[in-house]
Amino acid sequence: MARVLLFGSLRDLAGWRERDVEAASVSVLRAQLAGEDEALGAALEGPGVQVAVDQALVRGDLALSAGSEVAFLPPMSGG
Amino acid sequence: MIRLTDQPFEPGALLSEFARGREETGAVATFTGLARAEQGATAILELEAYPGFTESEIGKIADQARERFGLHDLLILHRVGKIGPGEPIVFVATAAGHRRAAFEACDFLMDYLKSRAPFWKKEHGPGGQRWIEPTAQDHIDRERWD
Repeated sequence: MARVLLFGSLRDLAGWRERDVEAASVSVLRAQLAGEDEALGAALEGPGVQVAVDQALVRGDLALSAGSEVAFLPPMSGG
Repeated sequence: MIRLTDQPFEPGALLSEFARGREETGAVATFTGLARAEQGATAILELEAYPGFTESEIGKIADQARERFGLHDLLILHRVGKIGPGEPIVFVATAAGHRRAAFEACDFLMDYLKSRAPFWKKEHGPGGQRWIEPTAQDHIDRERWD
């Protein structure tokens, strides 16, 4: 079970901030979320959206373990 | 030190504390950013961070600043949550042997914070709410240091 966190506009779009989702990898997780919410799935693939697993930015796919924290980060606005 | 807070802070008190007990530091520069009302368009500014990640990403730039400008010390305090017009939103202090390094490091850190730091910013106003992205000028300001 991975802990999924959404930030900024992604959170508003999805209507939730964090959830536990059963997924063995980031790509499976994306497919799972897109299956439940098509608009969110598309937004997660949107320009400038980054993914962090356990607080480290990742590119491409990555296997998830129980308790992994996966954060989807829309383009950062600065302070 | 890098810290996020959801509470108002007093820049003068932070400066006094930061400057205290230094014998080899000849220069302390500070910057305080305030939330603007934008002629009434922004009643509240809301800043979201990713606790842990945000501090760690800012920390990487702070390390660069330490090295590039030979800083003795630095402090970054950033508000998160809801912030009203006129309230301090960010405080940066840099300590160095001489003024040029302290000024430039402060400027460098602010250009990064305004354009790239992991925050998500929403403006609440009479016309509703909207997410804000860095301005073209924010990006140009940061590119001065590349």
